[in-house]
Amino acid sequence: MPNGNLANAFSAESVLLQRSADSWREAIALAGSGLVAAGVATDAYTQAMIEAVETNGPYIVIAPGFALAHARPSAEVLRWGMSLVTLAEPVQFGAGDNDPVSVVVGLAAVDKQQHIVALQLLAEKLIQPEFVNSLLKLSNFARFVEIISN
Amino acid sequence: MKILAVCGEGIGTSVLLKMNADRVLKRLGIEALVEATDIETANTTRDAQIFLTTAGLQDKLVAGAAEIIAIDKVFDLEELSDKLAAAIL
Repeated sequence: MPNGNLANAFSAESVLLQRSADSWREAIALAGSGLVAAGVATDAYTQAMIEAVETNGPYIVIAPGFALAHARPSAEVLRWGMSLVTLAEPVQFGAGDNDPVSVVVGLAAVDKQQHIVALQLLAEKLIQPEFVNSLLKLSNFARFVEIISN
Repeated sequence: MKILAVCGEGIGTSVLLKMNADRVLKRLGIEALVEATDIETANTTRDAQIFLTTAGLQDKLVAGAAEIIAIDKVFDLEELSDKLAAAIL
């Protein structure tokens, strides 16, 4: 998979816009379902992403309103990829100042290398203070691709 | 100087921390090697001077002589810069 464009990390199946979740677990489960629908990972990987927070706390909430859900590379990851969930109503992760969360990106990696360029491109977006809010307004995949491609 | 950027898995949060730390250190004119890694690996690493992690994970780290810096907002380069400068300069 070419990875010079952030859009290649996602697919129409892995981008879930303006969904509803009642808890951080449901929010991560949605991100996991996007990875499963795109053929990136299995349901067990979704469980592993939830367990990572149960074990280590909400450290995946790395910016105001934004969580990067992920677990370790494992056999449950079929190929590297990302999913996106935007929530109509934000949920609490217990993450202090960064709560509540309204955008979750799910990340599945097969090793420590293949997803790095995409992650770097995502970082360049996240460094823009308005990026998370701009995602909340999205209602279709085509517009999402536009936003992350330029 | 060696800095370990640490998260639970070593593939996501820690990589983002490393990217932003590299950017900030360059701006501060500090030469340092920043490596992204997971908690278990970090806890058996003894040649790093600083462990850089996100708020909430610092309690899981056994840093030995290394200083632990916990970052609340990974993309707030000012926070990152202030905390790194305070620890190093």
